[in-house]
Amino acid sequence: MNSKIGYLVAIALLLVLPFVVYPVFLMKLLCFALFASAFNLILGFGGLLSFGHAAFFGGAGYITGHALKVWGLPTELGILFGALTAGLLGVLIGMLAIRRQGIYFAMITLAMAQMVYFIFVSSDFTGGENGLQGVPRGYALGFIDLQNDLSMYYFVLTIFIVAFAIIARTVHSPFGQVLSAIRDNEDRATSLGYDVDRYKLLAFVLSATFAGLAGGTKTVVFQLASLTDSHWHMSGEVVLMTLLGGLGTIVGPSVGAAIIITLQNYLASGPLGAWVPVVLGLIFVVCVLAFRRGVIGELQAFIRKSF
Amino acid sequence: MSDAAPYILETQGLTKEFKGFTAVDTVDLKVRRHQIHALIGPNGAGKTTVFNLLTKFLIPTRGKISFNGQDITKTKSADISRKGVVRSFQISAVFPQMTARENVRVALQRKLGTSFHFWRPLSSLNQLNERADELLDMVGLNKFADSVVGDMAYGRKRALEIATTLAMEPELMLLDEPTQGMGREDVDLVTQLIKKVSADRTILMVEHNLGVVSTLCDTVTVLQRGAVLTEGDYDTVSADPRVKEAYMGKAA
Ligand SMILES: Nc1ncnc2c1ncn2[C@@H]1O[C@H](COP(=O)(O)OP(=O)(O)OP(=O)(O)O)[C@@H](O)[C@H]1O
Ligand SMILES: [Mg+2]
Repeated sequence: MNSKIGYLVAIALLLVLPFVVYPVFLMKLLCFALFASAFNLILGFGGLLSFGHAAFFGGAGYITGHALKVWGLPTELGILFGALTAGLLGVLIGMLAIRRQGIYFAMITLAMAQMVYFIFVSSDFTGGENGLQGVPRGYALGFIDLQNDLSMYYFVLTIFIVAFAIIARTVHSPFGQVLSAIRDNEDRATSLGYDVDRYKLLAFVLSATFAGLAGGTKTVVFQLASLTDSHWHMSGEVVLMTLLGGLGTIVGPSVGAAIIITLQNYLASGPLGAWVPVVLGLIFVVCVLAFRRGVIGELQAFIRKSF
Repeated sequence: MSDAAPYILETQGLTKEFKGFTAVDTVDLKVRRHQIHALIGPNGAGKTTVFNLLTKFLIPTRGKISFNGQDITKTKSADISRKGVVRSFQISAVFPQMTARENVRVALQRKLGTSFHFWRPLSSLNQLNERADELLDMVGLNKFADSVVGDMAYGRKRALEIATTLAMEPELMLLDEPTQGMGREDVDLVTQLIKKVSADRTILMVEHNLGVVSTLCDTVTVLQRGAVLTEGDYDTVSADPRVKEAYMGKAA
């Protein structure tokens, strides 16, 4: 009940926010919030540290960009195509990585993502260092001109809310129960008759798909797909966002993404510009040492304790 | 159906080698249907390894395993459990971040066939609550249905583990030291519980507490350095001087 009211308030806030805050900044924030929420599905709820999620985020960015710019697909279809391609890539990488545990899983996902990155670096369709530029935003539903930032914002917000709802449902579903059981005690889940690899693979593919959805949407917002989005830095950044906000909480990753993106934005324009990574690193260290559960995790623990 | 066969589980020459070290050595084990069968032996004798082989958490180096007359030597862990052989673990195996009811429900929900349905609401599992509560009631945990398991006392976790195993309606239950680390009272409780749930089922259990073995078990197999030392009912086995030497040591 309480969380329902919370969500309604958040949606109301997001509806009026673009009248106060620069919409492009908000859209960037929503894309990363979605990316982190998707990532949380595999790390927070699946217990698997993927270090290659940039491949899905950045990869879908290129695919969506290409589909819109070269094939002239409608915007929605282009984004969907990007997300599904990321999901497919998730199947491939997942099948190779899912049987590994802990650090080996992280290493394989990183290695695969680096391979994808090198393919992007040397391919023509990505525009190499220059990126894939001039991606048309197009029209939503065929008639709403997305060149208008406000229209674009509500389009992105709709994608975010729908995707967030599906992710939240996934966590609170029969599948989500099995997934938390596997995260809690994999051997026990096996002994109860679950083929744990298949559940982990589905979680990985869902996570990859939504990461792709976020990447594709971001390309449309900025009309650009660039190498930064598939660089391993991006894989690290999404880990940071998720941990900072609260691993395994529903809204934590979004909050973490909002904090990081806001900081990056304000610090970059100030005198600390060159020190952004250091400041973020410091925040990360403080967070890991002092608030291990992340902002939202600590908040929940505090509320639980004070009752 | 081979229901008439006297043995529910048989192994032939079951062997497991770890880099030259033989942890389980040509074990021929026969477990009679509807019995409580104990597997005992000193520390490191290979009891847990036998369980791991039977449930394919480890792959046998050699040998054959059959369940209800069917060869399951190559069957995967999850499939073995679905066939009706469900194990517990030496270290209590629960899902600590879930409530007791949710723990049991995880075992019940696979039958609904919706375990991959990520779009279905959690409330679709509520139909299982009644059965889950029955099972919790059976192990005396009805009051703790909504408690998060991680914070529960050790004895309760073990009881919950039994409830979760029972939820699978196993034909054959493998219990690895169900009373380990428990105080006297909890040991008695769990002993009663095992007695109660053994109706209509077969139980193979590893147990160090010989009091428990003598009250519960119909047949005792003694393992020493991976091999079967002897087998028989409790009185025969406990009178065997080799067993006294290997297993009971100074207690004899
Ligand atoms: N995965 C493994 N790799 C190497 N050696 C192993 C492995 N698992 C077990 N062993 C060895 O096999 C032997 C038998 O171990 P096991 O755990 O089966 O003994 P146990 O009879 O269950 O003992 P306890 O009563 O202490 O539980 C031990 O010497 C152990 O060190
Ligand atoms: Mg053991």
